[in-house]
Amino acid sequence: MNDTVQTLGYQKGESFLHRLNGTSKLLFFVLASAACMTTYDTRFLLFVGIASIFLFKISGIRWRQVSFVMKFIFVFSLLNLVAVFLFDPAYAEKIYESKTTVLGNGYFHLTLEELFYLFNLILKYCCTVPLAVLFLLTTNPSQFASSLNKIGVSYKISYAVSLALRYIPDVQEDFFNIILSQQARGYELSRKAGFIDRIKGYTGVLLPLIFSSLERIDSISTAMELRRFGKGKRRTWYTEQKFSSKDIAVIFIGLFLLLISICLFFVNKGRFYNPFV
Amino acid sequence: MKKDISVKTVVATAIGVALFVVVGRFGSIPTGIPNTEFSLAYPILGLIGVLFGPIAGGLTGLIGHALKDAVFYGSVWWSWVISSAILGILFGLIGKKLKVEQGKFSLKDIVLFNIFQVISNLIVWAVVAPVGDVLIYSEPANKVYTQGLVASLVNSVGIGIACTIIFAVYAKTRVQKGSLSKED
Amino acid sequence: MRKKVIEFVDFSFQYESQSEATLKNINLSIYEGEKILIVGASGSGKSTLVHCLNGLIPHLYKGKMTGSAKIGGKDLESQSLHELSFQTGTVLQDTDGQFIGLTVGEDIAFALENDEVSQEVMLPEVEKWAEKVEISTHLTHKPQELSGGQKQRVSMAGVLISESPILLFDEPLANLDPHAGKETIELIDELHKQTNTTVIIVEHRLEDVLHRNVDRIIVVNEGEIVSDTSPDELLKSETLMTYGIREPLYVTAMKYAEIDVKNVENLADLRYLKGKEIKQKLENWQGKHPNLVTKEASEELLSLERVNYRYQNSQKKVLNDISFQIQKGERISIVGKNGSGKSTLSKVICGFLQANGTFLWQKKEIREHSIKERAEKIGYVMQNPNQMISKTMIFDEVALGLKLRGVEEEEIKERVEKTLKVCGLYSFRNWPISALSYGQKKRVTIAAILVLEPEMIILDEPTAGQDFRNYSEMMNFLDELNAQGKTIVMITHDMHLMLEYSDRTFAMLDGEILADKLPSEVLTDEQLVKKANLKETSLFTLAKTFELEKPELFVQKFIAYDRVVRENE
Ligand SMILES: Nc1ncnc2c1ncn2[C@@H]1O[C@H](COP(=O)(O)OP(=O)(O)OP(=O)(O)O)[C@@H](O)[C@H]1O
Ligand SMILES: Nc1ncnc2c1ncn2[C@@H]1O[C@H](COP(=O)(O)OP(=O)(O)OP(=O)(O)O)[C@@H](O)[C@H]1O
Ligand SMILES: [Mg+2]
Ligand SMILES: [Mg+2]
Repeated sequence: MNDTVQTLGYQKGESFLHRLNGTSKLLFFVLASAACMTTYDTRFLLFVGIASIFLFKISGIRWRQVSFVMKFIFVFSLLNLVAVFLFDPAYAEKIYESKTTVLGNGYFHLTLEELFYLFNLILKYCCTVPLAVLFLLTTNPSQFASSLNKIGVSYKISYAVSLALRYIPDVQEDFFNIILSQQARGYELSRKAGFIDRIKGYTGVLLPLIFSSLERIDSISTAMELRRFGKGKRRTWYTEQKFSSKDIAVIFIGLFLLLISICLFFVNKGRFYNPFV
Repeated sequence: MKKDISVKTVVATAIGVALFVVVGRFGSIPTGIPNTEFSLAYPILGLIGVLFGPIAGGLTGLIGHALKDAVFYGSVWWSWVISSAILGILFGLIGKKLKVEQGKFSLKDIVLFNIFQVISNLIVWAVVAPVGDVLIYSEPANKVYTQGLVASLVNSVGIGIACTIIFAVYAKTRVQKGSLSKED
Repeated sequence: MRKKVIEFVDFSFQYESQSEATLKNINLSIYEGEKILIVGASGSGKSTLVHCLNGLIPHLYKGKMTGSAKIGGKDLESQSLHELSFQTGTVLQDTDGQFIGLTVGEDIAFALENDEVSQEVMLPEVEKWAEKVEISTHLTHKPQELSGGQKQRVSMAGVLISESPILLFDEPLANLDPHAGKETIELIDELHKQTNTTVIIVEHRLEDVLHRNVDRIIVVNEGEIVSDTSPDELLKSETLMTYGIREPLYVTAMKYAEIDVKNVENLADLRYLKGKEIKQKLENWQGKHPNLVTKEASEELLSLERVNYRYQNSQKKVLNDISFQIQKGERISIVGKNGSGKSTLSKVICGFLQANGTFLWQKKEIREHSIKERAEKIGYVMQNPNQMISKTMIFDEVALGLKLRGVEEEEIKERVEKTLKVCGLYSFRNWPISALSYGQKKRVTIAAILVLEPEMIILDEPTAGQDFRNYSEMMNFLDELNAQGKTIVMITHDMHLMLEYSDRTFAMLDGEILADKLPSEVLTDEQLVKKANLKETSLFTLAKTFELEKPELFVQKFIAYDRVVRENE
């Protein structure tokens, strides 16, 4: 029953992206996401969107590995778009200071501006989602903590992230094991039980999960103190990877993207690229 | 956050994040309003904040929410992530007033905690998160405020019920000084 | 005069939540370069004593200390945990929390990372220690992909790498297969000899530790040190028996044969035992005792046909075409190398994991049965107690299964209390589980299943970390259940448990059942022993050393006789 839920996690591979340093990938990801987050310049988004889909192609990741999650993301994004429209169909008119009605009138009317605005939102997903997915799939979690540390996050917080990644499978296993051993003691949680019984059984899982986790916090921090975690101002990393010239280039491209998006802010006199005036 | 972080805080954050992600995945029910759900992850945030303080609470909210968004949705919704972080910090602050750690959770504490958590939820989900949505994502205001209000409501109810039970049970298991002896 | 590295004078410690002191009036001196073994019943305070040596007491576990405790010449209380951690390295009893890194390599490197050692130094160091504990082929594995024994090796390497002058091992053998256990003891011995470290080992498997020489053995009972002498002296005395600890079996055998152990030289080291007189007496004893009869098989209970299992993310099959039958009322033991698939097999039987193949229960297919339905027939005690416990109080935990089955309140109370007595937990019945020692926790999980009295019981390492008294009581209770027709399956690394309490043994290796024989046949098959990482018992070695006729018969006779003796006590 476990592991039926697909999540985005590291997949071993040999592509160009896999070999890049985790730190430079992280920096690039942060810079590029920030660039795409701040601007609504359609040309820029179009360019980054196409580029990230291209990157996805060359990463050697097969669609099958992410299809489930991607479909999930698609539905989620679509819902958000629908919500944006339903709540304020005239929103884009205010932004672009123009109104070109395509369909209907009254509250629910569709304008060219609104369509364009929604198109921009879609583009944003096309920019950030593939980048994030690529980052998650090609970065060895072992390198993640040292990368965070390298870009200036305190090593303790970086290590907390690494530990979280370490213990997510364990907590998940605990979760299922508690369910299993509850069943073995007599809760029926399989499809053979009624809906209410199953809900009751599952709530019985949360408390033990919490208590075993609290105990875990004690024992892990004990073990870490015994091996001198938190002693110094810094620490080194077993998995840290050396920078290559490619890595430096990647960071510069990220910086460049951010710079462009800031420039566009001045060119467009605001966040939005406005083709309507 | 410049102050030195203890090892316990680091570990509590890590396990808190792990719980947040796992419970957020398996213990969530959609509310019907797009992208807002009733999630047992927030009571977990309450637990970590109250027991381990504002740093652990804030970091759990920040990292937990960001990680959950990243691995399940492929994109991080920063305005809500920041809101989770603030909520975690707020829980940490009220935790210092309560003495759940020492096994005390009286009726007065229950009332105090619940008033505080309802107000916190309102501030965070109905003010901070929507303002962030408008500033960062330029989304229509009435949409994000509706989402925010619904989120405050479901989270207040969820945290109110789940956290009250969790703290009550937890306080009971904290053994009082010198109380354990072998019986025949 | 050697340097004293540890000195306790009139030291007592009381956990904050306890009403009585856990350690009482400890007077103990340990010198540089010594190798010490600490034994004692489960819950007697061994781990507590270890925590006083590495500083977890008083820095993490709060409580009241009196008397004085000095580590490395300085007062325990005046040193911070970090200062202390340079002097002592600890392999903790609970390996769950000790594996911190995302992968094996990172975990081994953890202490070096914290000491800000550069990568150029760190990588070869990690490689070296991984090789020493024989885990170097798994450096990039995640902890979730390792078996219990493999995890224990990683923990060892992660501690040894700091090369602290005092090394503490809290039950290092608990999860290791017999061969790996032997190697571990040899490894510890080697380190000790090469580096002049002070070594302190806490272990229930006395006989296994004595595979290599130790300087002194300290016996702890209810928080007090009741004996502190050389192994030879200890074995010659009655101390071990008095405090419910099992002496090495060959010593018991020699006592049965009326050999005056007080006059035997090198009693603690089986390798150096000799003497005509001993041989004579052993032969006499063997001649006096009759041969045994074996049990007849009855109806078929559980049968597996061609069962295969592979974990989602691994390439290799963990169970490879397993087929076997178990008859009603049998006592089966499953033994074999770490990681050979024993725990996986039991999870598959209980439906925790979905494997393909045929599962017949009393000739009826049970593939489609839910975990709960299977659990009504088969009770399963998992290897790791932390994964089973779901309540906070002991009584509630044991009562849970009965409650869910709708048994009446009064009957629950009666049955739970009876089971708690059997498992030596009765006096703790109103405690929270968090205040228990590791062995006690494991017994809680055993009690929680025993109380249900299912048709068949699978116990994964039931005696790991248990002392002899609790071990015998639990095993005798299982035998009682067995006499009522219940079927018992035990997974164990304890060769003697296998010999004494089972009728048939499956020896596993790499997901296959290599042999399905009588326990005594398994242990006399030298090739099998070697392949499946087993170990002959010291009884067998004794019989061979003195060239007795039919050594396996000697072993069988001993077991039968030993049981009679103990029943009459
Ligand atoms: N954190 C704690 N708080 C309160 N009491 C404790 C705590 N840890 C241990 N104890 C108590 O101290 C006693 C000794 O425990 P300890 O863990 O030292 O035993 P042990 O000899 O190592 O046993 P085992 O062989 O089962 O590991 C036990 O009765 C236990 O209940
Ligand atoms: N959840 C898992 N995912 C992937 N591989 C696993 C998992 N659990 C165990 N394994 C692998 O399966 C093999 C068998 O493991 P199992 O725990 O059944 O061994 P075991 O015989 O019980 O060993 P031990 O005596 O050390 O407890 C091991 O090689 C282990 O690495
Ligand atoms: Mg112990
Ligand atoms: Mg096992």
